[in-house]
Amino acid sequence: MDLDFAPEHDALRAMVRDFAAAEIAPHAARWDQRSEFPLDVVRHMGELGLFGLVFPEAWGGGGGDFVSLCIAIEELGRVDQSVGITLSAGVGLGANPIYRFGTDEQRHRWLPDLTAGRALGAFGLTEPDGGSDAGATRTRARRDGDEWVIDGAKSFITNSGTPITSVITVTARTPEGISAFVVPAGTPGLTVEPPYRKLGWHASDTHGLILDGCRVPADHLLGEPGAGFRNFLAILDDGRVAIAALALGCARACLEMAVDYAVHRQAFGQSIGANQAVAFALADLDVAVHNATQLTYRAAWLKDQDRPFGREAAIAKLYATEAAVSATRVATQVLGGSGFIEDHPVARFYRDAKVLEVGEGTSEIQRLVIARHLGLPVHAGPADRR
Amino acid sequence: MNVIVCVKQIPDPALPGALDSSTNTLKRDGKLILDESDSYGVEMALQLVDKAGGGEVSLVSMAPNGEVSGLRTALAMGAAKAVLVSDPALQGSDALTTARVLAAAVGRIGGADLVIAATESSDGYTGTVPEQLAEVLGLPSVTFAKHVEIDGSTLKASRQTEDGYDEVECPLPALISVTAGVVEPRYPSFKGIMAAKSKPVDTVTAGDLGVDPVGWAGAGQQISDVAKAPERAAGEIVEDDGEGFAKIVSFLENLKVI
Ligand SMILES: Cc1cc2nc3c(=O)[nH]c(=O)nc-3n(C[C@H](O)[C@H](O)[C@H](O)COP(=O)(O)OP(=O)(O)OC[C@H]3O[C@@H](n4cnc5c(N)ncnc54)[C@H](O)[C@@H]3O)c2cc1C
Repeated sequence: MDLDFAPEHDALRAMVRDFAAAEIAPHAARWDQRSEFPLDVVRHMGELGLFGLVFPEAWGGGGGDFVSLCIAIEELGRVDQSVGITLSAGVGLGANPIYRFGTDEQRHRWLPDLTAGRALGAFGLTEPDGGSDAGATRTRARRDGDEWVIDGAKSFITNSGTPITSVITVTARTPEGISAFVVPAGTPGLTVEPPYRKLGWHASDTHGLILDGCRVPADHLLGEPGAGFRNFLAILDDGRVAIAALALGCARACLEMAVDYAVHRQAFGQSIGANQAVAFALADLDVAVHNATQLTYRAAWLKDQDRPFGREAAIAKLYATEAAVSATRVATQVLGGSGFIEDHPVARFYRDAKVLEVGEGTSEIQRLVIARHLGLPVHAGPADRR
Repeated sequence: MNVIVCVKQIPDPALPGALDSSTNTLKRDGKLILDESDSYGVEMALQLVDKAGGGEVSLVSMAPNGEVSGLRTALAMGAAKAVLVSDPALQGSDALTTARVLAAAVGRIGGADLVIAATESSDGYTGTVPEQLAEVLGLPSVTFAKHVEIDGSTLKASRQTEDGYDEVECPLPALISVTAGVVEPRYPSFKGIMAAKSKPVDTVTAGDLGVDPVGWAGAGQQISDVAKAPERAAGEIVEDDGEGFAKIVSFLENLKVI
């Protein structure tokens, strides 16, 4: 049994850590406060190969493994959760569906820019009337000659309105079931709504979309007609591990900041970390960070071995995201009043963490997935199609 | 144009360092990383080779336990190959022995138009190896090079001084030492990291290079004591009586910063 990272994993971690410390940390508070999407940093991440990490060299990628991607997301997330989700969504939701389900012609057309980080892709699954219940998709696509005409609406779509967004893959109902279509940014009939005002992830780009008679050429259908539902479930398994890595970065940052504060902050003639009440809370947090680390990288490793990892992905996502939310609560408590002030990054992490328990499947949905793996006859409701 | 860069692999400065109490030297048995001071030399070398439109950057390093992590970082930035001198006998080597070993390693690669070193390492700070190395190699040496241009077989450099810079020229091959901040070191890209895995690192001993004596035996120095640096004394407080600015100006003049 070998639980060590390879030397190139360590080298990648060191590089991303240095990059995040020098190019992201000094600006994270400003981007957050102004809800500014850090375009230059995203481009720089592209030049360093982060958006192409897991894709074969033939498509402009770096031929790396999934563990590497998780390392990059964790290290970015340790400094700025918004930048971490921008990478995670750009790779997992933007490029990955095209790589996994596209024809070579479609890959040629869209992947090289996405893997180089010159362009960003988005994935529109969630709708105003269906998030967890993605089978309830109401958006429709009908064939009209050489084109598909798409009508409907999508909610909360990450990376859908950045200056470099090139394509948005949307799911829509066709006679065969749910299908997926690549909609290039700027297609007439596609409206990208103004950005949401969010509790956290301020520097990440999120919009609602309206598709009103939106026409795309017939060859923009992605994958088999009717295979959209099955395909996006497969994509979500990867995404869950990536979100676990992002959550791990959040929890680790909180642990480090809280330990540092507990050592230096003096009260009643000693550092606050000399109190067991504080020290033990941090010891528990360290346990959670270790657990989240093992779960996340084991799930990623299973994927790299081409072994089933759906259950492990759900467990890692559930555990790491809930650990991250607790970690922000513990860290802000250890920091006292300072933890409530935006001058300290811990306040930003506190706001950013919550959505980890929601995106790419809520905690309840993860429990549902895990319970099913236990063979329990649990289902999501009368309309449960899975 | 071929450039050889001397790179030191040092204990991570972010981790607490430890001294070996029997020798009064820094413990260097854990994982080592590329000395940040050397990343500037590597970057400058890559830029010079790029500008010259051909040639390659090679590395030489002396480190315990066959350590290559720091070398891989420089290879990932774009260097082509490395010679690593690793030998238990080297423990305790002083600056001059280090220079002799590095000179032999530079000779093993051969064909260098330029050798680059940092002015000093971040863990040892003797700041003497580059000049000793130039002497052993019989090369002209330009220290504190801040801007470097190659014109045919001539090196033109701006050399940092206390109150400005000197413009100097010397024939190639030559050795320069560079300080931090002269160029912006690139981050190794992921492709660079993957490519670095298979770049050649030629690992040799002092014996292979024919350098003898080395280590404590060859050292012209002995570390007799290590003492804690004194706590910083409290600063001087200048009360502004209307003439405070004059006191500050004369204080800064004394420090020769203005
Ligand atoms: C910032 C942000 C970015 C996002 N980015 C994207 C994106 O890029 N692409 C995309 O497609 N989507 C995206 N989403 C949407 C996200 O995936 C959904 O919000 C999420 O799946 C939950 O769906 P919902 O909001 O419709 O909540 P609902 O499904 O309505 O759930 C509401 C609550 O009910 C619970 N619940 C629902 N059904 C059950 C059940 N059967 N048993 C127990 N509990 C249940 C849920 O767990 C939750 O607590 C994003 C969301 C946010 C906030």
